[in-house]
Amino acid sequence: MNNILPLTKPVTKNLLGIAPEILLKWYDEMLLIRRFEEKCAQLYGMGKIGGFCHLYNGQEAIAAGSIGAITPDDYVITAYRDHGLAISKGVDPRRILAELLGKHTGTTKGKGGSMHLFDREKNFLGGHAIVGGHIPIGTGAAFACKYRGEKRVCLCFMGDGATNIGEFHESLNLAALWKLPVIYIIENNKYGMGTSVDRASSIEALHKKAAAYNMRSAVIMDGNDVLKIYQTVKAAVDHARSSYEPSLLEVQTFRYRGHSMSDPIHGHYRTKEEVETQKKLDPLTVFAEALKDAHLAADEYFESAEARIKSIIEECVQFTESSPEPPLEELYTDVYAE
Amino acid sequence: MPVVSIREALNQAMDEEMARDERVFLMGEEVAQYNGAYKVSQGLLTKYGPKRIIDTPIAEAGFSGIGIGAAMVGLRPIVEFMTWNFSLVAFDQIVNNAAQMLSMSGGNFNVPIVFRGPGGAAHSLAATHSQALESIYAHFPGLKVVMPSNSRDAKGLLKTAIRDNNPVVFIESEMMYGEKGEIPEGEYTIPFGVGEVIKEGTDVTIVSWSRILQHIAVKAVGRLAEEGISVELIDPRTIKPMDWELIFNSVKKTNRLVIVEEGWPFAGVGAQISHEVSNHCFDYLDAPVERVTQEDVPLPYAHNLEIASLPNIQKVIRAVRKVMYLD
Repeated sequence: MNNILPLTKPVTKNLLGIAPEILLKWYDEMLLIRRFEEKCAQLYGMGKIGGFCHLYNGQEAIAAGSIGAITPDDYVITAYRDHGLAISKGVDPRRILAELLGKHTGTTKGKGGSMHLFDREKNFLGGHAIVGGHIPIGTGAAFACKYRGEKRVCLCFMGDGATNIGEFHESLNLAALWKLPVIYIIENNKYGMGTSVDRASSIEALHKKAAAYNMRSAVIMDGNDVLKIYQTVKAAVDHARSSYEPSLLEVQTFRYRGHSMSDPIHGHYRTKEEVETQKKLDPLTVFAEALKDAHLAADEYFESAEARIKSIIEECVQFTESSPEPPLEELYTDVYAE
Repeated sequence: MPVVSIREALNQAMDEEMARDERVFLMGEEVAQYNGAYKVSQGLLTKYGPKRIIDTPIAEAGFSGIGIGAAMVGLRPIVEFMTWNFSLVAFDQIVNNAAQMLSMSGGNFNVPIVFRGPGGAAHSLAATHSQALESIYAHFPGLKVVMPSNSRDAKGLLKTAIRDNNPVVFIESEMMYGEKGEIPEGEYTIPFGVGEVIKEGTDVTIVSWSRILQHIAVKAVGRLAEEGISVELIDPRTIKPMDWELIFNSVKKTNRLVIVEEGWPFAGVGAQISHEVSNHCFDYLDAPVERVTQEDVPLPYAHNLEIASLPNIQKVIRAVRKVMYLD
């Protein structure tokens, strides 16, 4: 078993000719996700966030790079580790934090919590907590895009653990059979809770599962490289728009925290050394270095970014703390639509 | 009035709604080229083409979920299960996603979808192919459960289901597709939550639905009439929402209630009806509520065991006589 990533610099050092303001926006977004999750960990520790809370620390490049490759009209759906992807899709972080604290101003009025973020306006289809259960839904959103003759696509994110359940396989077969514009993105952080990929999947190269369905696939070995992620997802998105064909992408990544806030960062299933080694490849650090190397940003920029993000996080906390709990009448709303 | 089979009535409902609304499509195993395992979708492929009449592989979780996703973003799918027994493979989708989406998303996404197909026992199909699952689906907030017992209701209720903005579980009877009945001329719908008094009576109320109503309860009521017992027979038509007022008012008149259903006894629909009537009509009841259900065993294959397990006319007559203290 070798789950440790090779120590490499980003392969896309030329920054792909992407406009500097977009690159800096991605950096800010990744930093916002990092600091947001750190705040969540703190509030969870204080007992202010209930239930299960799965943090995205370490996986930020996937959110920024993937969602950077689509437009606001496109759909995004994911599993329960959803804060980062929601933020990248444009969901108001104040409303996300309010949701986590069970407030009426939250994304779902306090009904869904951390694992069930939704935003119709932003085409964010959730936030789903049954492993694999959301994969057919993302496939269905892509079905609707094609049915209506639109050029929209759906990015359907999942963890490595979801690739072993039936709904994953049924969805891939149907998407390939019917040529649906969906891009499945496996965020392979090496462990489904405490079970490593090699103990759960008969094949460790998860993207190769696409071969069974005659589907295009690709693997990104360095999931800390936001540009490589953007480039790979963009190619799959362009193909889906022009041909209505799906793709399966696997991104090798690593979560810094435990599976959820109730789990230890390391323990029986992974060592402290492994976690520390991975942290040396931090997606924010490698991206900051690439930006500096290209003379797109200097130290002052990163200091000012920290300050800006800090004030956004403070605003999130203030908004949340001043928000009311849902009134008891909300218990009976949203059960049936008119 | 035209006389059509339940199969034709369901076909007309889908045909009319598809003509009316581009967003409506039908998806399921053998619904297109084969014209439906029970021919309910006969001719629709020719009329609407493969974009809207879609054959699926045998992958209930996959295509149910695709329907739910499509419904969340604005389409109005009809998902056909070859039988409701196969819906159990898609249970996660129907429960965790269709039923709970509106609430879980805080009102962001409703799921206007119809899941339909035949349920209940046919002849010697044994345990896995004979289940009456209405009580299970009625258990979940967010779902509506519809069970028509005749052609008129099948058409009118299916049209309402397709126009409903919520997930609807629409359970037909495999044994009744060929049974004919009158339907109104032209456009009509039947609202959910409005039951029907099939026959007025004064001595005992029977509540029953779908095949068991037509094949067992109606006949038992005829026999009981010969004995001079006047039964009021009620078809709720929709299990959820249930027309409680209709049942309560009838029980307040007859003072006796027998529920006749195909499902198992434990936590069945009849158990809920019995509880509601006990609560709302306690002072009116002259006898404990009786239920006729399937025996509490998986349904066997052998014909004699099968008929012994299911509700039959004799069991209904016995239950009615019991609440009248005639035995």
